[in-house]
Amino acid sequence: MPKHKIMTPDQSSGRELTFEILKYNPRDPNSRPHLETYKIRETPGMTLFVALNMIREDLDPDLAFDFVCRAGICGSCGMMVNGKPLLACRTRTADYPDGRIRLMPMPAFELIKDLSVITGQWMDRMSKRVESWVHAKEKQDITRIEKPVDPDAADATFELDRCIECGICVASCATALMRPDFVGAVGLNRIARFEADPQDERTDADFYELVGDDAGIFGCMSLLACEDHCPKNLPLQEKIAYMRRKLSKA
Amino acid sequence: MSDLIEGYLGKRVDGTKSRVPAALDRWQSITGLILGLFIIGHMLFTSSILLGKDAMYAETKFFEGSLFLDEPEPILVGFAATVIFVIFVIHAGLAMRKFPYRWREYKLLKTHSAHMGHTDTILWMVQAATGFGMFFLGSVHLWTMMSMPEKIGPYASSDRIYTDNMGLLYGLLIALVILHAMVGLYRLSVKWGITVRRNPRADRIRNKKIMWGAILFFSLMAYSALGTYWRIGKEHRQNYGERYLPQSTNPSNSSGGGE
Ligand code: HEM
Ligand code: SF4
Ligand code: FES
Repeated sequence: MPKHKIMTPDQSSGRELTFEILKYNPRDPNSRPHLETYKIRETPGMTLFVALNMIREDLDPDLAFDFVCRAGICGSCGMMVNGKPLLACRTRTADYPDGRIRLMPMPAFELIKDLSVITGQWMDRMSKRVESWVHAKEKQDITRIEKPVDPDAADATFELDRCIECGICVASCATALMRPDFVGAVGLNRIARFEADPQDERTDADFYELVGDDAGIFGCMSLLACEDHCPKNLPLQEKIAYMRRKLSKA
Repeated sequence: MSDLIEGYLGKRVDGTKSRVPAALDRWQSITGLILGLFIIGHMLFTSSILLGKDAMYAETKFFEGSLFLDEPEPILVGFAATVIFVIFVIHAGLAMRKFPYRWREYKLLKTHSAHMGHTDTILWMVQAATGFGMFFLGSVHLWTMMSMPEKIGPYASSDRIYTDNMGLLYGLLIALVILHAMVGLYRLSVKWGITVRRNPRADRIRNKKIMWGAILFFSLMAYSALGTYWRIGKEHRQNYGERYLPQSTNPSNSSGGGE
């Protein structure tokens, strides 16, 4: 049964939005995965963040979803919106002209409940796997001024460091869904980030030890859903091809 | 010994990771590239029938070595077909490593493709499906060319397509190979960053357009050619087996021999 929101006067003017949202709690033996329908009125400039809070407040206090920053920075609100992985806080309901929005949790990650998944564990494993820290022989003496870094190299590193670990590239990637051990665009981008970092002394051969296999760089099937969905517009197509060329010769 | 170590440990004797995965990935692409370029040439040449029987006849003789040899040698064509077959088998063996093998993998891929509306993901499914189809149809065609390379020509090929019922197989194979090869060549460009180096995003869009254009162009050309062979084969069905003689050497074009 669709649930209807009791309308306040200022909301009665907006068009009606129909949400279908997956409801499921894997930890509750009585819970069955199903799509629940909710109808609300659109407000000006409404994002999915606003809509979901409205639904939780007025229609279903039990609905689980994650948000922290509401500004596309923290990377905790990724979900499948009409099949596409998006940051819910940056997705406007106005972009759905027919007013029908279906929300599913991101695949590839462990489901906590409804729309809430654990990306953290996955990212943690990825970080360890690609040894996501600067490898340098000399210990940094933090009491002294750092060695200067070439500004272009620093820019290149920071550009790739903009990743917010939202997991959207992983959720969009059919390869990652089919092969759960695949390191994913986020992991390959991380490799490219340290490859670009002048402070990291690792060689191509060192990176090959980390991702030189079919679960790493050679497992990528160039579907480019990562490139097409990354909310930070990271140059994933370019950087994965770049690492592939490098490691192919490593 | 090193095989024993690498086999069980996945490491080389110096303790570093095996380079075989890199080589497999490279050869998958190299064989794909060779096949893709080959098939473009192949379709252009077989479509010479659109320019007339004489053009197709001259082209057949050219590939049988007419430039260097006094007598045409169909075995040259048989040899070329064998080389392509070997590359085809290697490519299929390497690329099939990416197939969704288990039901869960297939189901995930299918659901994702259906709901995400992402063209390159859908095109990969097309590539896997068309590749799978070519295991069967491509092998039949290649075997024919390897085992009877002398039976190629304006009449011989048309007879095969019409009277020998290969037309349907070719009709399916054309769709499979055009989709697979054009999507494959596009994918090669983004996979390795070839031709998309200067402006990766814009160049990818351009390459994708070229891909669609090529699919359309080669489909029109190949199916027109197939239709022409079919028509010739139908007209020629009473004289099945008779070989074509070019108009220039024999204006009456009646008696056998030739080709
Ligand atoms: C039984 C026959 C074949 C099978 C099973 C097969 C399968 C595949 C698969 C699954 C891929 C995707 C690989 C990946 O995503 O990494 C692929 C790529 C490709 N295929 Fe095939 N294929 C076959 C025949 C052919 C033929 C006949 C051609 C050319 C006419 C061709 C050209 C290509 C190209 C250019 C690529 C891109 C290479 C790459 O991504 O590394 N394939 N093939
Ligand atoms: S690469 Fe892009 S899509 Fe992937 S986790 Fe980082 S920000 Fe998200
Ligand atoms: S809530 Fe932080 S990115 Fe959406």
